[in-house]
Amino acid sequence: MGPILKVDNINVYYGAIHAIKGISFEVNAGEIVTLIGANGAGKSTTLQTVSGLLHSRTGSIEFLGESLMGIPAHKVVSKGLAQVPEGRRVFLQMTVEENLEMGAYTRSGSGIDADLEKVYTYFPRLMERRRQIAGTLSGGEQQMLAMGRALMSRPKLLMLDEPSMGLAPILVEQIFEIIRTLHRAGTTILLVEQNAQAALAIADRGYVLETGKIVTAGTGAELLASPEIKKAYLGG
Amino acid sequence: MEFLSYLITGISLGSIYAIIALGYTMVYGIAKMLNFAHGDVIMVGGYVSFYVTIFAGNNLLGEDPSALATGAVALVSVLLAMAVCTVLGVVIEGLAYRPLRQAGSLAVLITAIGVSYFLQNAAQLLFGANPKNFTPIVSGQLTLFGGQLRISYVALLTIVACVVIMLGLTAFTGKSRMGKAMRACSEDRGAAQLMGINVNATISMTFAIGSALAAVAGVLLCSYSPVLQPTTGSMPGIKAFTAAVFGGIGSIPGAFLGGLLLGIIEALAQAYISTQLSNSILFAVLIVVLLVKPSGLLGKYVPEKV
Repeated sequence: MGPILKVDNINVYYGAIHAIKGISFEVNAGEIVTLIGANGAGKSTTLQTVSGLLHSRTGSIEFLGESLMGIPAHKVVSKGLAQVPEGRRVFLQMTVEENLEMGAYTRSGSGIDADLEKVYTYFPRLMERRRQIAGTLSGGEQQMLAMGRALMSRPKLLMLDEPSMGLAPILVEQIFEIIRTLHRAGTTILLVEQNAQAALAIADRGYVLETGKIVTAGTGAELLASPEIKKAYLGG
Repeated sequence: MEFLSYLITGISLGSIYAIIALGYTMVYGIAKMLNFAHGDVIMVGGYVSFYVTIFAGNNLLGEDPSALATGAVALVSVLLAMAVCTVLGVVIEGLAYRPLRQAGSLAVLITAIGVSYFLQNAAQLLFGANPKNFTPIVSGQLTLFGGQLRISYVALLTIVACVVIMLGLTAFTGKSRMGKAMRACSEDRGAAQLMGINVNATISMTFAIGSALAAVAGVLLCSYSPVLQPTTGSMPGIKAFTAAVFGGIGSIPGAFLGGLLLGIIEALAQAYISTQLSNSILFAVLIVVLLVKPSGLLGKYVPEKV
């Protein structure tokens, strides 16, 4: 299968700051692709540009053969692209179930209830706490909620921004296990991570970002084995 | 019995403040801005109702109209006032506030004050500066305890309208898809967009609802104190804003509670302490409450997890 997401030469600015300098990459259907790199390398900015929260001045973004350039974020979701934002950003004053309903905001019809059940089977904790206000959940549970919420839009491509951030190691493991499960169930995944080791271990391919540019690309295994990557990002 | 009468006056006045405060608080909660022109939308609602009633009185109703006919005219005048104010609110938001979505809050605040003066001056130009004598939409009073307690039907209608609006809004924001989208926008606009929620459309909707409520408040306010002029909405607008802050801005039950308490404090202060000092007493109470509880009576504290 060909690429479902094709990003070509995007340039993004925050005011005068040139945050993304001509990045190009693609994600093929069924893959897990990861963007790794240090803090401030432009990983999150790249995701936000794809999801329409930020806009590129140049180049093109194609999703399932359709251009996403200039399309506002609220219209991108219904095309099959969901983002789990950095810092989870669940709606803290709404209940768990209301958060999940918001994930299905653009959908209508009978499939929603079935998907809600599906999310609850992926995340039994959320089922137990469905009537609770999201602000009362732990960090790990909020991450699960953010992922479940994104799944409620039935995405063809799920973009995860730092899902392991701030979580205890045991929870990080759980989150990565869920990502693998989602992938096995057929979801294509674009994963942004600072935890390069864990990300590369489950990724088909990876891109390494440095100060707004892609400096290296390869399969997960290649990048894991590369001495330079090891030195720069894997602590040894 | 005297106390009860003052209390009912206070609850009725407070209900008007509460209806206005609900508009303030919804717009604040979702658009994160203080719409100081909200009070002037009330005035516009009053004028629309005034002219509809005059027009109907001159052209449609006969010499001695039946109670049913006057009632129908009153209802139509309220509905038209709501329609005009809804459109006005959406237009104000689209023309004046939307272009400033990314601007600092000070720019938006100054614009809102500008819109407020614009509306007052436009009203002066269109309707004249002379006060109009507003005919209350309902007349008469309920006499209880052998004439010891009199409650005007306007007061009763105001209280009922406020409770109905409050319950309606609570159900709307709690249960409906649009209402939930509003709550999502109020918490995190970026995340709401990622859900596919059109933030601009949601903010427009909020202004529409708030302005329709302002129209209702305008008609009730002018029925309570029947002098209509271009500045009619300013002071109640400021007091309702105070009520919204008092109750916890952004909170719907807070606006309701804040409005009611403000009205009661005002009525009792006027009755037992001093008419001239009633506003000072009102704001003194506000200051004390905010010193003790800065987020307002029902202001929400949200625990943030890292």
